[in-house]
Amino acid sequence: MDILTAIAIMALGAVVLGAALGFAAIKFKVEGDPLVEKIEAILPQTQCGQCGFPGCKPYAEAIAKGDVDINLCPPGGMEGVQRLADLLGREVKPLEAEEKPKQVAIIDENTCIGCTLCIQACPVDAIVGAAKQMHTIIAGQCTGCELCLPPCPVECIRMETIGETLDNWKWKYPVVGIKAVPLKDAA
Amino acid sequence: MLNLFKFWGGIKPPSHKTESNQHPIGVAPLPSHLIVPLHQSIGGTPKPVVQAGDKVLKGQLIGEADGWISAAVHAPTSGTVREVAMHVRPHPSGLDSLCVVIDPDGRDEWIARTPLDLATTAPADVFAHLQRSGVVGLGGAGFPAHGKLTPAPNVPMDELIINGAECEPYITCDDLLMRERADEIIRGIALFRDLLQPKKVLIGIEDNKPEAVAAMTAAVAARGENFAVVAVPTRYPAGGAKQLIRVLTGKEVPGSMRSTAEMGVQVFNVATAYTAWRAVAHGEPVISRVVTLTGNVAEPRNYEVLIGTPMDELLKLARPHPDTNGILMGGPMMGFLVPNRQVPVVKTTNCLIAHSERLFPPKAPEMPCIRCGACATVCPHELQPFEMYWYARAKNFGKTQEYDIFDCIECGCCSYVCPSRIPLVQYFRFAKSEIWAREREKKAAEEAKARFEFKQFRDEREKAEKAEKLAKAAAAQAAKKAAEAAAAAAAPAGDAPATVAATDAPAPASAADADKAAKMATIQAAMERAKAQREAAQPKNIEALKPDQQRELAEIEARRQAAGIADAPASATQETKAE
Repeated sequence: MDILTAIAIMALGAVVLGAALGFAAIKFKVEGDPLVEKIEAILPQTQCGQCGFPGCKPYAEAIAKGDVDINLCPPGGMEGVQRLADLLGREVKPLEAEEKPKQVAIIDENTCIGCTLCIQACPVDAIVGAAKQMHTIIAGQCTGCELCLPPCPVECIRMETIGETLDNWKWKYPVVGIKAVPLKDAA
Repeated sequence: MLNLFKFWGGIKPPSHKTESNQHPIGVAPLPSHLIVPLHQSIGGTPKPVVQAGDKVLKGQLIGEADGWISAAVHAPTSGTVREVAMHVRPHPSGLDSLCVVIDPDGRDEWIARTPLDLATTAPADVFAHLQRSGVVGLGGAGFPAHGKLTPAPNVPMDELIINGAECEPYITCDDLLMRERADEIIRGIALFRDLLQPKKVLIGIEDNKPEAVAAMTAAVAARGENFAVVAVPTRYPAGGAKQLIRVLTGKEVPGSMRSTAEMGVQVFNVATAYTAWRAVAHGEPVISRVVTLTGNVAEPRNYEVLIGTPMDELLKLARPHPDTNGILMGGPMMGFLVPNRQVPVVKTTNCLIAHSERLFPPKAPEMPCIRCGACATVCPHELQPFEMYWYARAKNFGKTQEYDIFDCIECGCCSYVCPSRIPLVQYFRFAKSEIWAREREKKAAEEAKARFEFKQFRDEREKAEKAEKLAKAAAAQAAKKAAEAAAAAAAPAGDAPATVAATDAPAPASAADADKAAKMATIQAAMERAKAQREAAQPKNIEALKPDQQRELAEIEARRQAAGIADAPASATQETKAE
């Protein structure tokens, strides 16, 4: 008899807890993967596809699944790899490709034939123009992804490194200059 | 007597003020050429309105203010514009910025000056006049003065503070200005008072300048104003805006509040009040300022200097010693060595110190931090520089922000007392600019993401619309074919009724065809309606234009018509849409 009561109590407990968990699973369901969002916040959003994925979000999803390495994003640089490693508890690896300084695309407006192919290629709508009209790049919105370079039939787009201006100038890390001191004669 | 408060920390470095404050303000002779940078104040870069070869008069506008927080720039003397080109600016970066180079003609001929009649002018027009006259804060930051003169709508204005503290060693330009031109400063303060309507006006002057205090007190009495001239204890950095507010009113401005106007206090430099009065009462824009020449020189003195005067030419007036190896702009605490000696004097150049190794011996190498806490005892903002130093050095910027790095005013007290000679302020500046750069990058990334997502959404939508259109076209085609077939079936039926009578079978079929035809007619009608609607809808991209812009558009359209290249606006829009 006692054993039956015990079993009944355990069974009841299991049913109640199961119901509570089931309810919670429906009520507090998390839409999307929060990890993907965190990873995406670290990625530079250039949408350049250099990682082999069509945009930053697919790459973030792949990282979250654990399918790919975290060192495939050249625009993010070593710092991005470091931050991803911190977030995911993975090992820091050197970048697959070399790190480039920030660039901006420039259209040679005399050569441009107005084919609109670059406009279609630009992932962030940073090129303005219309058919048979000159195109130009909105420099402030260009992410430097280079996706407009291959489709241009007349090769009138070039990449230029963004130089230091008074707007983006930064104070440098203080370093102590090492001066050569002439050797004194041995006493 | 006013009850004064104290701020934490501070230092008392040797003041070195007596060298340069013994002589009255001299007038610097006209230099060989003037390099006037367009960007001299915080805010938008003024747009150049002159070209190479233009003749300009003294006080003529050469750079037009761009936006509300921006101030105009004027020709400091009459002459010819040599070029509008990039030149090195007096800035620690040593980077170039757009400058107007003027060759003086020696006549120093003024443009027509129009004083403002304050009795009949609305405050908004006074602000516009100050902006047009290029009046900016001359204490150091160069914030356009009109931007600080609008009272906050919901905070009552308690105190207007006029900063004559001049706490940095060596600098005496405000001291001399107060001694010699106190009356005009007081009139300028009265102008600010009328605009801001504060309950009290306090003029804070460090007590190591008794002559200036006396001159200002006398001028206030002579004007019959109720401004309080207060001698504040001499302690660096008493001239910092937040420190002076603390000393005079006891209010502490939190670091999170960017604008001191949120606290009902506003601070102006004495020289700003002076230039504002010159601009209003005499119509003179800011084209010169008082600059202290001191340091490793034989004849230190203050000079009235035209904006744009090359520094090496100016410093020659004070006869620098031969071992001078650089020029410090600003004081020894917060100033910096200018990138080269040809850089021009700008509106915020208060002092030039001839630098020599005798005067400023090179610092011995940096030693490790021993956590003695000396920096925390002198920090006027009660920060913990040694903690911020660890994190800035380790590039752990989040932690530096937790220690309130943005409250740091970079006064240099911590570096001054550090027994290990650590350039603490440099670390803090580095950390701050890195944090700002990251913020900018983050914002850019977010915007890029939003645009990318919208582009994807738009591509999807266009694809769906195309598919829908294709489906509709296919349906219409099928309906048309069916109708034709029905008509073909009906025509022989009409011609030969005998066959209809002979065979009953086609009748139901033709009824179905009629049904289809009716359906098709409604589709046709709907399409007609849609087409009519499309044609009726005008493109709405020119509605918000101003009348003069619309007139310009109409003119262009007329020219196009005349040239025979015009096409109907509808087809033009369709052409772009096709892509």
